[in-house]
Amino acid sequence: MKFIIAVIKPFKLDEVREALSSLGVAGMTVTEVKGFGRQKGQTEIYRGAEYSTNMLPKVKIEVATSDALALQVVEAIQQVARTEAIGDGKIFVLDLVSATRIRTGETGDIAL
Amino acid sequence: MIRKAFAGALVATLSLSAASPALAQEAAAKVADPGNNAWMMTSTILVLMMILPGLALFYGGLTRSKNMLSTMTQIGAVACLAMLVWVMWGYGMAFGPEGNAFVSWGKFFLAGVTSDSTAATFSDEVISEYVFISFQMTFAAITAALVLGSTVERMKFSAVMVFALIWLTIVYFPVAHMVWAGGGLFFEMGALDFAGGTVVHINAGVSALVAALMLGRRRGYPAEPMPPHSLTLTMVGTGLLWVGWFGFNAGSELEADGTAGLAMINTFVATASAALFWMLTERAMGHKGSALGFCSGVVAGLVAVTPAAGNVGVFGAVVLGAVASVVCFFAVSKLKPRMGYDDALDAFGIHGIGGMIGAVGTGILHDPLFGGPGDGSVSIGSQTLVQVQAVAVTILWAAAGTAIALTVARFVTGLRVTPEVEYDGLDIGEHGERAYN
Repeated sequence: MKFIIAVIKPFKLDEVREALSSLGVAGMTVTEVKGFGRQKGQTEIYRGAEYSTNMLPKVKIEVATSDALALQVVEAIQQVARTEAIGDGKIFVLDLVSATRIRTGETGDIAL
Repeated sequence: MIRKAFAGALVATLSLSAASPALAQEAAAKVADPGNNAWMMTSTILVLMMILPGLALFYGGLTRSKNMLSTMTQIGAVACLAMLVWVMWGYGMAFGPEGNAFVSWGKFFLAGVTSDSTAATFSDEVISEYVFISFQMTFAAITAALVLGSTVERMKFSAVMVFALIWLTIVYFPVAHMVWAGGGLFFEMGALDFAGGTVVHINAGVSALVAALMLGRRRGYPAEPMPPHSLTLTMVGTGLLWVGWFGFNAGSELEADGTAGLAMINTFVATASAALFWMLTERAMGHKGSALGFCSGVVAGLVAVTPAAGNVGVFGAVVLGAVASVVCFFAVSKLKPRMGYDDALDAFGIHGIGGMIGAVGTGILHDPLFGGPGDGSVSIGSQTLVQVQAVAVTILWAAAGTAIALTVARFVTGLRVTPEVEYDGLDIGEHGERAYN
C-alpha cells in the first residue's frame, strides 16, 4: 500500500477529488495548510507599502491506495492540479505499512 | 467675508444678566430658530458618530488584532475626557467673552449659560448656546482622538490620557480660538477654514507626526509586516466617518441654509473624487486598486474639503479632492518610508498633509474665477498667502505644544508600554481583555 500526500492549489481541490473518485479511490483527508516552496510567498500592498507574506495558503490531500492504484493516483493529481504556473504544489508517496477500518477491524487493501 | 460677520456677533453673544432686567428682556426676545437648532443638534450627533463608532472602527481595523480594543478604547476615552474638559475650561478658552488673539477666558464651567442663552451664527440668526457648545465640543473630542492614529500599539493608556488633557489645553483650545473666535489671530487675518482644516486636521496631523517621532517606532517596524487586521471594519468605519462628516462640514455653517447645502454637496463630490483618484494612483504606480486605497482616499478627500466645504464651488471641490488624494498617497507610500517615522495609521500622512492641501487650496479655489463663492474682493495671491501663514503658525504651535504635552506625559507615566506588553498586545496588557476570542 502507498500513502500519498499532495499539496495543491486550493481551487484545484474539486477537480482532483473528481478525478480520484473516478479512479476508484474511496476516501481522502483534506486539510487547509500554509507553506512555501519556490514561489516564496506573495506580496500584499497596503497604502503603497509592500508586505511579503512568506506562507501561502494551500490544500493538503492525504490518500491511502493499493500499490496497483498508486501510480494512477499520482498521475491523475499531477495532471489535474497542474496550471503550469509557479506554486502548483508537490506530491509525496510513502510506503504504507498497515491500514485498519475501525468499525469492522478489517486490515490491508480491503480496509481502504 | 462670511467669517467677518461672525467676528463681532459671537463676541456679542447674548447673555442674561440678573443685574440688568431691561437687557435680559431684550435678550430674551432673540430666540433660536427651531429649524437651525434642529439641524445643529443633528449635526452634533453626526460628529459623535464619527468618533464612536466611526474613527474607532476605522483606526481599529488598521491595527493588528491584538491592539484592536486598545485603539478603540483610547479613542473613546480621550473623546470623553475632551467633553469634560470642554465644559470645564475648553469652551471658555476657545469662545470666552474676554480674550486676545491667542486665547480667551470667561464662561469657565459654563458660568452664566442657560437654556435661554444664544450664540450668533453668520447672519442675524442665533442658535441655542448649549447647542453651539455641544457642537464645538465634538470637534475637540475627535481632534484629540485623531492624533492617536500615529501613536497606537505602543503608548500606555495612562500616557494617552495625560497627553490628551495637556494637549487639548495648550494646543487645541488656543488654535480653535485663533481660527473661529472673533479677535482670534487667523480670524482677523481673514483665513478661511470652514469646518476645521486648520483646527482639526493640520493640528492633529502635525501633532501626530511630532508624537510619533518622540514616542519612537513600534518594535519590529519597519522590518516586520504589520498589515491591518480587518479592512472590513476599516471600511465600515470609513462609511460612518463620511456620513458623520456632513455634520462636521454642513453643520459648520451653524444654520440650515444654502451655504450648508454647498458644504453638503462638496462633501459628497470631493470625497468621491478623492476615493477614485487614490485607486487610480495605485494603478498608475503598478499596483491593484485596493480597498484600503479606497478608504484612504475617502478620508483624504473629507480632510481636504473640510476647510473648503462652504468656501469653494462644486467643481473646485472635485479638483481639491483629487489633488489631495494623489499627494496623500505619495506622503504615506513614499515620504513615510523614506523618512522612517512610524506614523502607524497615517494620521500625519492623511490628516496633516490633506489638511494643508485643503487649506492652501481653499485660498485658490475660493475665488469666483474657479467657481468659488468668494466675491473677488481679495486676490487669489493674497488669500493664499493668508492661508499659508495660518498653516505655518498652526504647524509651529501644534509641534511645540505636542512636545510639551508628551514630555509631561513621559515624566508622569513613562509613555511607552513594556516590550512584553507591546509583544502580547495592548488589549491584554493595558485593558485585560481581548477583541476576539
